[in-house]
Amino acid sequence: MKEKRDLKVQAIENGTVIDHIKAGQALNVLRILGISSAFRATISFVMNAPGARGKKDVVKVEGKELNVEELNRIALISPRATINIIRDFEVFQKNNVLLPSYVEGVVRCINLNCISNSSEPIKSKFSVLQSEEEGVILNCLYCEHAILEYIAENLL
Amino acid sequence: MSFKNRHVISMKDFSRKEIDYVLDTAEKLEPVARGENRSRLLDGKIVALLFFEPSTRTRLSFEVATQRLGGQVLNLGSVEASSVMKGENLADTIRVISNYADLIVLRHPLDGSSRMASEFSSVPVINGGDGSIHHPTQTFLDLYTIRRESHLEDLKIAMAGDLKYGRTVHSLCHALSLYGAEMIFVSPPELSMPSEIVKDLQKNKIKVKETNSLEEIIGDVEVIYMTRVQRERFLDPEEYEKVKHRLKVTGSLLKNVDSNLKILHPLPRVNEISPAVDATPHACYFQQAFYGVPIRMALLALAMGVME
Repeated sequence: MKEKRDLKVQAIENGTVIDHIKAGQALNVLRILGISSAFRATISFVMNAPGARGKKDVVKVEGKELNVEELNRIALISPRATINIIRDFEVFQKNNVLLPSYVEGVVRCINLNCISNSSEPIKSKFSVLQSEEEGVILNCLYCEHAILEYIAENLL
Repeated sequence: MSFKNRHVISMKDFSRKEIDYVLDTAEKLEPVARGENRSRLLDGKIVALLFFEPSTRTRLSFEVATQRLGGQVLNLGSVEASSVMKGENLADTIRVISNYADLIVLRHPLDGSSRMASEFSSVPVINGGDGSIHHPTQTFLDLYTIRRESHLEDLKIAMAGDLKYGRTVHSLCHALSLYGAEMIFVSPPELSMPSEIVKDLQKNKIKVKETNSLEEIIGDVEVIYMTRVQRERFLDPEEYEKVKHRLKVTGSLLKNVDSNLKILHPLPRVNEISPAVDATPHACYFQQAFYGVPIRMALLALAMGVME
């Protein structure tokens, strides 16, 4: 019932609601999902909305159930985000984002001398690890450089 | 253990067992490297040497290694005279050359270029040094030198000089940690070992100590691995002069040390080992440069599947 109330403000009939996004990261969530001006569906988002666990961002995509693999990339910048699949105004399915073990073409390597930052016909590739101390760590599969922070700043 | 068609890109791709296997193979090939025995193992094979950066020892030792095994070398020659100058990317160069040769040795200024090359090549790629991070054949030869001249298991080793930017020491630390080791890092604070590497070693239960004086620790180690300290790393030229003297192995420093102490250096050296040390039984660096030949022979033979 509570979920229904949360979503009521701008309830959508069918689509995907990404909730509990780390405050201030909604625009980066759109980037990580590759949502640009060419995207046809209606998108709405709220930034810094008050929530039970402090401020949060919410992104709603109408009429489209987004691909789970793509959605899981959100865990790179907001590991506590949840994905709600909405059908006929009801939450049909709710899941936490799962950190992928590998990402390709999502983040730029912070090592400027890395071959993935050159004009070669390749995409950046990282293995992804979760460390208790350091959070999300990306390891470049080309130069082996580790990215421990500034992941959001280096989204492609 | 089959190495056929395997790329040699980063030391992190090799387990201890696999490293031992390469070192054993190098030992078998050492008489051929010395010219005492003849070999036709690479008869009919062509090794392409693509060096996009200057190199003396690595390129020459790969040439010698190929020729001692009866193979032929295909040289890219100068970058200025090649299709690279017409704007061809590395991926295309690799696709073309891998149809001409049986193996590619690549040296390139960008980090990760060998890994990328391995994705586009139809033949094995050996990383001859890419960017500032990987140079696995150097690490293999360093390990081989330590095994031949001292011992690998539970070694007490000091690494001295530029530990911040020196790629050979980073890779060597990782490889030695597979054998258990006690490591002492000797450097000025501005060139100290990166903290991530120290943390990683400690996680793997490797004893690590850091200091800035060679004199203080010279009696406690079995091997000293010296590296070059470059003047351009220092903002203050006076600081460079001070460090240069503090991190120098001289005849007098070696006066009372254990006779089994071995000194290694990836070369070229500038001031960090005085010529007086060359004639002592401690000096291993020229021998180390020679060991590059059997190691590269082993990697060539294994990757092309002519030895198993």
